[in-house]
Amino acid sequence: MIEALLVMAGLALALGAALGAASVLFRTQGDPLVDKIDAILPQTQCGQCGYPGCKPYATAIAGGDADINQCPPGGDEGVRKLADLLGREYKPLNAEHGVEKEKAVAFIDEATCIGCTLCIQACPVDAIVGAAKQMHTIVADLCTGCELCIAPCPADCITMETVTETLDSWKWRYPVFELKVEPLQVSAQPPAKEAA
Amino acid sequence: MFGKLFSFNGGVKPDPSKADSTREPIARLPLPPQLVVPLHQHIGGTPRPLVRPGDAVLRGQRIGAADGNVSSAVHAPTSGRVVAIEPRLMPHASGLSSLAVVIEPDGQDHRAEREYFDWHAASPGEVRDFLRDAGVVGLGGAVFPSHLKLTPGKQGQTDTLILNGAECEPFITCDDMLMRAEAEGILRGALIMKRLLAARQVLVGIEDNKPLAAAALKAAALALGDAALEIVVIPTRYPAGGAKQLIRVLTGIEVPHGSRSTDYGVQCFNVATSLAIWRALEQGEPLTRRIVTVAGNVERPRNFDVAIGTPISHLFDAAGLRPDTDKLIMGGPMMGIPLPGIEAPVVKAMNCLLASSPTLFPPPEAEQPCIRCGECARACPADLQPFELYWHSRARNFGRAQEYHLFDCIECGCCAYVCPSHIPLVDYYRYAKSEIWAREREKDAADSARERFEFRNWRAEREKEEKAAKLAARAAAKPAAKPAAAGAAAAPTSMADDPKKALIEAAMARAKAQKEAVEAKNTGSLTTAQQAQIDATEARRARAAELADGDKPE
Repeated sequence: MIEALLVMAGLALALGAALGAASVLFRTQGDPLVDKIDAILPQTQCGQCGYPGCKPYATAIAGGDADINQCPPGGDEGVRKLADLLGREYKPLNAEHGVEKEKAVAFIDEATCIGCTLCIQACPVDAIVGAAKQMHTIVADLCTGCELCIAPCPADCITMETVTETLDSWKWRYPVFELKVEPLQVSAQPPAKEAA
Repeated sequence: MFGKLFSFNGGVKPDPSKADSTREPIARLPLPPQLVVPLHQHIGGTPRPLVRPGDAVLRGQRIGAADGNVSSAVHAPTSGRVVAIEPRLMPHASGLSSLAVVIEPDGQDHRAEREYFDWHAASPGEVRDFLRDAGVVGLGGAVFPSHLKLTPGKQGQTDTLILNGAECEPFITCDDMLMRAEAEGILRGALIMKRLLAARQVLVGIEDNKPLAAAALKAAALALGDAALEIVVIPTRYPAGGAKQLIRVLTGIEVPHGSRSTDYGVQCFNVATSLAIWRALEQGEPLTRRIVTVAGNVERPRNFDVAIGTPISHLFDAAGLRPDTDKLIMGGPMMGIPLPGIEAPVVKAMNCLLASSPTLFPPPEAEQPCIRCGECARACPADLQPFELYWHSRARNFGRAQEYHLFDCIECGCCAYVCPSHIPLVDYYRYAKSEIWAREREKDAADSARERFEFRNWRAEREKEEKAAKLAARAAAKPAAKPAAAGAAAAPTSMADDPKKALIEAAMARAKAQKEAVEAKNTGSLTTAQQAQIDATEARRARAAELADGDKPE
């Protein structure tokens, strides 16, 4: 009897020690869920979700403080991916936070720019080059289209330009073929559900 | 030395339809009134233009410089004047435009001065750079820059160099006619490549439906007398001209998923590329012309030797396009892509122009559900499971499609050819591939944006800290420098910890020191009358203050 108790107690102690050591040794840095959510978010850093950047929004989603449908640049597909990841119900984008737009990049009208550097300070991804009293310009490849530079500009010289398709970014379309129209037969059965 | 031929799985045997365009020899097409030479004609970086509108150019003059090493140069096909550098319609399924140099030929065809280059004496690296600047790219259709393929593999040497003269796709005969006409140049090019690659042997693979080309090459090989050259006739089966399939047929090596043929000591080039390499190195001629087969619904199907940049309407005029043509295809009937318009120019990738009519290629039958018969898997020369790829691509389940090795698909079209349900399988694979590429581009852009955002935040934090540290340092340095002048200044002992407090204390100390140092300048030398007046005023002030105190309610 006492031996059995001792054995069990010893086992419990040993396993407890092993678990304790494992929790110290194999501790994960940060919240892996936040990183997974952050990987889905488009990294526009636009703040439309109400958080100052994609990472804070990801943290809020992981913490249950924010809903998954607050990111217009991520669009419908982004919401679906988040719903898949988190096992939540899909819901359409919340219009309060804006609507899904075509991908656009900011463009500075260089003739109007007064060189105030306000847009450079506003840009979350360092996509604007320029210096005080020097003309500024946007590096189109780096611009995420967050529109954060538009409001601070005192000269109203920044506009959003839709990104046009090039040979490099062109995609093959989803194959859609017209269905063959069969001549109507008098004794025909109800049409097959192929049209779907 | 090599008695045995091997075989690849799958493949189909469509009607070759090659006889019509091989009846007459290659015709050299006169120059059109305008040449549209696209800058981006190959895999890799877009060349930057070297000329400006209004410039005079000579034949063979470089008009676009390679952008980095994974790129290739572009040259003027004839002498003339640059009219414009602007986006023009490209021979691409998208119907989009891309930057092109528009040249108006002057009819003189003056040649640019030849760059003398002794490739025998040059190092392999210099030869590769020369080929890059001569614009030599793979002419079989993939237009991969050739100089990148002329590096010996991991083992430092290549065992076998394969020249691809299989030309398996129906209707296309440009390589066939080129082998008949330029057999010696092709083999000389192969010997140059053999030297660059340090290869042991050169195998030229030709399908057995091209006996004249094989005979021409055999005669040329005999004349050259190099024992390493071997012309191998292989059975006709589509797609024997695919690089991996030809390697398998000739050497028995099956290049596995994710590795390159060079890892197995084999490198494969198209015969036209071999000729282009010989011309570039021995004759100093950059790649400015190519052979294009014009076939299908035309009066006079034939092969034309045309300048790159010639509008395709010019070729169809020469071949006589029939009025009932409904579609133009670049490439063959199996792998070709629809052309957006007849103004598009000839590019380095264009091996064939096919005119289609409803009688020649009847419109595809309606797509029906997959019945899982497995015919496509039996026909697939890449040993894939096309039906799995189809289901996952159709369902936009791209991850799963990649698990079934979507990117090993060579888009040969065998699966769609045998499909009893007439499913346009390749269209689904192309769709899935381009979606996956687009997603990868987006992912890279997002990752780089995240990195820049995090760096920016870190930088803002660092700047704040640096500013505070600087102020604290200044505050600490000031009172220490002049404790005597300040006299009773507050001792700067507790200020190091809080920079803001330090700032305030420093400012207060400065103000106090200033106050003590400064004396009223107008009180130094006063007359007795002035002194009396001042005293009277002070007395009045004191009385007023007393009265004010007395008035105060208790």
